[in-house]
Amino acid sequence: MSSHIVWMIVGMTAVTYIPRLLPFVLFKGKELPGFVQGILKNVPYATLGALIFPGILFINEDIWFGLLGAAAAFLAAFLGANVIVVVLGSIAVLSVYSFLF
Amino acid sequence: MAELAVGKPSGEVRKGVQAGISIAIGYAPIALTFGLLAKTTGLTIGETVLMSLLVFAGAAQYISLSLLTLGTGIFEIVLTTFIVNIRHFLMSTSLNEKWEDEQAANKVILAFGITDETFSVAAVREEKVTSGYMLGLISVSYASWVICSGIGHLIGANLPQTLQESMSVALYAMFVGLLVPSMKKSLKVVFLAALAACFNTIFTLTNTLSTGWAIVVATLLSAVIVEWIESVKSRSRGTGA
Repeated sequence: MSSHIVWMIVGMTAVTYIPRLLPFVLFKGKELPGFVQGILKNVPYATLGALIFPGILFINEDIWFGLLGAAAAFLAAFLGANVIVVVLGSIAVLSVYSFLF
Repeated sequence: MAELAVGKPSGEVRKGVQAGISIAIGYAPIALTFGLLAKTTGLTIGETVLMSLLVFAGAAQYISLSLLTLGTGIFEIVLTTFIVNIRHFLMSTSLNEKWEDEQAANKVILAFGITDETFSVAAVREEKVTSGYMLGLISVSYASWVICSGIGHLIGANLPQTLQESMSVALYAMFVGLLVPSMKKSLKVVFLAALAACFNTIFTLTNTLSTGWAIVVATLLSAVIVEWIESVKSRSRGTGA
């Protein structure tokens, strides 16, 4: 192992772990103001929106590939499929699509 | 009584493992590709597995490889990693609110495993989050990430092209699967997700912000705006206006 790469990995480990850890230490046992708590409750759903778009559209050079994958996932989830079925279903739909086109 | 005390936390671990299976499926092709790319970048299998073991952050690991190829210095790579992963600060802050554990050490250790995916699964859980649940969720995701990185480097080959392409949708589909049930129950969730999606798309397409900051700013803007609108609405309702 080259020490150059190992030092890079150690640095990356520190700067990745610290933001993950800090909030648990900083806000331990602290009651945050109501408005802030409200915002933090909103964060998961806003994050999910930002994680899905626009990323899902660009999983392939062919934008239809992403659009179809998104449509399949939204439809399956809307019909009440559980998460694993949504994942496997979208993969299946795109497999058929890339097999055909 | 003793059995109950032991039985309950282990049940939580099992639930966490079950919830983590879709993450494990989604990580597999990404980690395999990471292993393969690390090999072509010139990393040894030891370095590749070490990075997945210690960093456990997909996007940052990929970026580090392309920066290494470009001959970028270590300091810049570490700085880029920091910027890409700053969003986890927001996620941990949000998760801290619904994760109950008197034992501070548990959170300190498990914080290592907060990724976009483990956070999303835990954050939309209806019940409170426990350390047992997080342990199960993170273990199964982490195992998939580390083992598949190693396999990718070892076999040095991708999955068949068609399957590889189709599987690239996996994590996005998982996010959709996590989001939609809450959207069906609450219009507020629809607005939160749509607004953040719009902001992030604008930031990304116009290149205003790097990926790391784009997600943070889009999420915060959406969460604050929706909360503010709601508080204004409830205040005006409260005063009878």
